[in-house]
Amino acid sequence: MSAFYLSALQLALCLGPMALGIYISMKVFNIPDITTDGSYTLGAVVTAIMLTQQVPTWMVLPACMLGGAVAGICTGLIHTKLKIDALLAGILVMTGLYSINLILLGRSNIPLINIPGIFSFHFFADDIINQLLVAGIIVFFLSAGLRFLLKTDFGIAMRATGNNPVMTQSLGIHNDRIKILGLALANAFTALSGFLVAQYQNFTDVNMGIGIVITGLGSVLIADALRQWWQVTHIGLQIILVLAGSLIFQMVLAFTLAMGIDPNFLKLITALFVLLIVAIPRLSKAIKRK
Amino acid sequence: MIKLDHISNVFNKGMQNEVVALDDISLQIQDAEFVVLIGANGSGKTTLLNCIAGAIKPSSGKIVIDGHDVTGLPEYKRSKWIARVFQNPNHGTAPELSILDNFRLAALRTKHKGLRIGTHAKFKNEVAEKVKSLCMGLEKKLSQNMGNLSGGQRQALTLLMSVMDDTHILLLDEPTAALDPKSAALIMNLAEKLNREMGMITLLITHNIRDAHHYGTRLIQMQEGKIVKDIPKLEKAVLAVEDMYKWFG
Repeated sequence: MSAFYLSALQLALCLGPMALGIYISMKVFNIPDITTDGSYTLGAVVTAIMLTQQVPTWMVLPACMLGGAVAGICTGLIHTKLKIDALLAGILVMTGLYSINLILLGRSNIPLINIPGIFSFHFFADDIINQLLVAGIIVFFLSAGLRFLLKTDFGIAMRATGNNPVMTQSLGIHNDRIKILGLALANAFTALSGFLVAQYQNFTDVNMGIGIVITGLGSVLIADALRQWWQVTHIGLQIILVLAGSLIFQMVLAFTLAMGIDPNFLKLITALFVLLIVAIPRLSKAIKRK
Repeated sequence: MIKLDHISNVFNKGMQNEVVALDDISLQIQDAEFVVLIGANGSGKTTLLNCIAGAIKPSSGKIVIDGHDVTGLPEYKRSKWIARVFQNPNHGTAPELSILDNFRLAALRTKHKGLRIGTHAKFKNEVAEKVKSLCMGLEKKLSQNMGNLSGGQRQALTLLMSVMDDTHILLLDEPTAALDPKSAALIMNLAEKLNREMGMITLLITHNIRDAHHYGTRLIQMQEGKIVKDIPKLEKAVLAVEDMYKWFG
């Protein structure tokens, strides 16, 4: 039973970078980016190809992030240069990536059992603890890096662009360029989740990214609800809340599965859960008014 | 110095709803001049300001700032010389960023926004010192979000932010239109003080005839995309406010 929740914690850590990616695109830049489904799978696909070719893991990680960044740049260019709605730009890139992922992978899935990867380190006897430690370290450094970035002058420019583009334009900021960079960063984070999850579940499947964006969105929405509730303005705390959102999300899913609900309902339950998170603040407001 | 050379701007050219917003405007503004632009709605004042700022590209003509032809430069590149205060107090500041972060960005208007943390104690003190001069008590609230402040406070801070970095030209597009009389007076006095102390070209659009009479060293009236009156400093000094009201009769 506890292993059930431990694996939920592990999955939450593995999906943490993606949640942070959605936080960057949706909360920092105010862009609804759903390239996620494609760049997540791309990260997993690159991981599978490189690991099965015996490329060392420390080279696979940056390669995955680079792949995600390129996907983000594509969405960013379509959105800013062609003035196409961000949602549509994301859908276009995501759709295109499906074929690219399939071509890269060569078949619909590749198993990664017995292939050394990021989770092959043995600090402790217990494998699950090892995995938690590795994923935890990666997520920790990623979060610390993001926190630093958002506090720098460039980070202030990023946050201001999402908040007031009229102002940033007059303050010497090239809005288009900074948005493209932001989407590159967001999707690099997302691809890192693909890298982690593929190795955690020991396979890459070309369909593994379908609907994954909702997991990230759910995490960010939970974080947002908590942020407003507790009036959090501190950036470090906001990042922690996003990771907590990812954990709450996975725990709820683990709990529903533990109750014995048919796994076929998982996506439906996920969607309903996200709907609930979005609806609660509105509903409670409406009730208060009455 | 700003030099506008035969600037025209036509919206929807060749269509039935064609609008000539600016009609062959030539104008020179010397350093340190405080120019007040007046005119009815649709006379082209804001379009002129937007052309100088780079938010609108003129259909024809040339814009030269300090000897540089900037006609083809986008707004974010012209910010090297130009700072702006908008009519809407919400446009000049980022509401979900702290006052300090807003000032940091303004202090880097002409500079590179790099990967270093610049909101350290020294910078904070510098900002606190400047903000203190407003006598609004905001120097103690620098880490608060800008969105928590009133329109008047935000507009005053926007004006202060505009001179955080090297500013040659300050564009004020009806900065007091959305404010109460007291805040409006504060903004206008601050603008005049900044112009006097720092000597940048200041261009103010206003519909307030009294402000137009009281402030500035040069008065320009626009009508249907043309400059119809251009009154220099000495003549403006002896101008009676009653006469100005008659222009709009």
